[in-house]
Amino acid sequence: MNWAVALPVIFMALMGLAMLAYVVLDGYDLGVGLLLPRGDDGQKDTMISSIGPFWDANETWLVLGVGILLIAFPKAHGMILQALYLPVALMLIGLILRGVAFDFRVKARADHKPRWNLAFFAGSGIAAVSQGWMLGRYITGFAEGPLFTLFAAVIALLLPAAYVLLGAGWLIMKTEGELQRIAVRWAKLAWPPVVVGMGLISLATPWVSETVRSRWFSMPEFIALLPIPLMTLAALVVARAVLNSKSVLGRLCWLPFAMVVTVFLLGAIGLAYSLFPYVVMDKLTLWDAASATESLAVIAIGCAITVPTIAGYTVYAYRVFWGKARELRYA
Amino acid sequence: MDALILARMQFAANITFHILFPTITIALGWTLLFFRLRWLKTHDEAWLMAYRFWTKVFALTFALGVVSGITMSFQFGTNWPGYMERVGNIAGPLLGYEVLTAFFLEATFLGIMLFGHGKVSERVHLIATFLVAFGTTMSAFWILALNSWMHTPAGYEIREGEFFVRSWFEVIFNPSFPYRLTHVLLASGLTVAFLVAGVSAWQLLKGKANASTGRALRAGLTLGVVLIPVQILVGDMHGLNTLQHQPQKVAAMEGVWETERGAPLLLFALPDQADRTNHFEIAIPKLASLILTHELDGEIKGLNEFKGEKGWEHPPVAPVFFGFRIMVGTGMLMLLFSWVGLWLYRRRGWAAERLPRPLLWGLAGMSFSGWVATVAGWYVTEIGRQPFMVYGLLRVDELASNVPSPLIALTLAMYVTVYVTLIVAYIGVVKYMAEKPVDMSAPLPRTPEPAGAQA
Repeated sequence: MNWAVALPVIFMALMGLAMLAYVVLDGYDLGVGLLLPRGDDGQKDTMISSIGPFWDANETWLVLGVGILLIAFPKAHGMILQALYLPVALMLIGLILRGVAFDFRVKARADHKPRWNLAFFAGSGIAAVSQGWMLGRYITGFAEGPLFTLFAAVIALLLPAAYVLLGAGWLIMKTEGELQRIAVRWAKLAWPPVVVGMGLISLATPWVSETVRSRWFSMPEFIALLPIPLMTLAALVVARAVLNSKSVLGRLCWLPFAMVVTVFLLGAIGLAYSLFPYVVMDKLTLWDAASATESLAVIAIGCAITVPTIAGYTVYAYRVFWGKARELRYA
Repeated sequence: MDALILARMQFAANITFHILFPTITIALGWTLLFFRLRWLKTHDEAWLMAYRFWTKVFALTFALGVVSGITMSFQFGTNWPGYMERVGNIAGPLLGYEVLTAFFLEATFLGIMLFGHGKVSERVHLIATFLVAFGTTMSAFWILALNSWMHTPAGYEIREGEFFVRSWFEVIFNPSFPYRLTHVLLASGLTVAFLVAGVSAWQLLKGKANASTGRALRAGLTLGVVLIPVQILVGDMHGLNTLQHQPQKVAAMEGVWETERGAPLLLFALPDQADRTNHFEIAIPKLASLILTHELDGEIKGLNEFKGEKGWEHPPVAPVFFGFRIMVGTGMLMLLFSWVGLWLYRRRGWAAERLPRPLLWGLAGMSFSGWVATVAGWYVTEIGRQPFMVYGLLRVDELASNVPSPLIALTLAMYVTVYVTLIVAYIGVVKYMAEKPVDMSAPLPRTPEPAGAQA
């Protein structure tokens, strides 16, 4: 095997996985942040308790994803981050507000708590909208024009909606009683915009991008790829159906969350297929953007050892806090 | 203002804000492990109280460190795209190993350390606490390896303008790394020593002391007493290392313009870069030569020796000169307060409430002295590397982005607003928590049965 060809592909896959892990993991806690104002005071505390032990590690996947972009594809890193300069800055400020509000809201004076709750909500919102915008700009390879701006703007609204659906799914799984029942209602409210939005994006993406169109709408690829949109649709329908059943409050409380995660997974597969082998759509392939093979090899060895370990102890941490969320107390 | 200076200001604002929090969490993690172990050994609730209070401070500090660190990982690309394009083969893996071996470890086990009570055994909890402390220290290891390499590059070769690694061992253990790492870890220890002592002193002053306050005060002062002499020694060694590898930084620190033998130590001066001289010098003859070369007549190279093709190749003098004096001055205050404080404390039979109030006020005032010294020290070393990004090889102005300057100015203003607000909020909340009684309503953690109890 030729490592100079294979290593960039391996790193592209790893970066994709890290980004997917980030979107799913931080996605649910950003979604909970967006739902925060809708809960009463007690529910707010429970909502935040449900993400308390995890948010920090969840965000680290973003650092890994951007880190791999930086390490493995330095030329793409510079190009992408300069093109997304302002939304990146906004997202970072959102993440800063959200991350610190988490601690400040319970540690500051009680009468300041509403202010930090607001910061938590606003930070989650700013981060989610900026991420959606960046995704929209990225898919089209930063093409300029009113059409592309509109395209990015729609995704900037869709991604937060998807996060809300994911967050509501998380709450259904991790809470009980009144909050769980309200979370089902939130999930129902978030479902239609997500479905409509995803439909629009699926139609618009091949329309705005020549490359995507040729990849999806040619035979026999079209038939081979058909399971991706069909399974996405099925997952969304299952999620909606189970929201109507009583078992969503009990035995099947994990199902809506799992279905939304499946939707994200399928979306990531579709995106990966659309992009490959580009790191920046139509502009830069992953081999052109890659670092020296020797450097990639050094990190690849490290990744081979540490990434499974990280996955292992992440699963362990989730097991420690398995089940319904309880009030958080320092040990 | 031009884009380069704005990009530098933005990056400087971010790393300045960021360093404040890791410099606390690195040593505070180990301090928490110490408190926890004392509690397990003595079963004295005062230690558990200290642990619980400082865990809250740790959690808050850690969150601020994480969010500002995420910002940094993006700013490498937004502000210095040229840097990663040229040096990516070296900087990339070092940053990568930081994420892989440190960030995930600390972030994941932090959840268990903070909230794992009743869900994991005391042993697992201790391991989690250890892993968090270990993770913060590993993070310092990797980032300082990279930072030191930028000061004293080694183990590389340049092909067509791009850097490639020849020896990873030489890259990581480059000449300034051992000194810089030790210096920074000790700085972290001192920052925590004075934070713990200062907050405890504040609690005593405000009549909010509890059973743990005296213990924490003693632990903080003891840490300061032990670490400050070591830091002075290591700082001196680091200075000698810098003289060997970056003489113009030392010349700027000492304010030496012309090469001279038997250079005086300037206690104060106003360096004037336009006229290339100092005003209002207050000096001790020959002392700078003695400190730096260990000879009264040792030669120190002056700033005027460093002229390259593109003009002066030495850092701006005033910030390095004053930064160095602020760092050393703060270190001297630390020496004074920790030694006098512990000595008085011992003489009063370890009765914290009998300590003289001026001493307590002094210590309370020193609560964040570690921040002052750390930031001043960082400015000395980082500004002292200018005009280079990688010393002697890559100039900063070659590596900037082409983002339009109004955009950089706008985001800079946003970041600075957020950072200033958060620093104020952080200090305010630490003060507020210090004045609030520790919540001991949570049940005591399960403690392991004493050995032999099963029999």
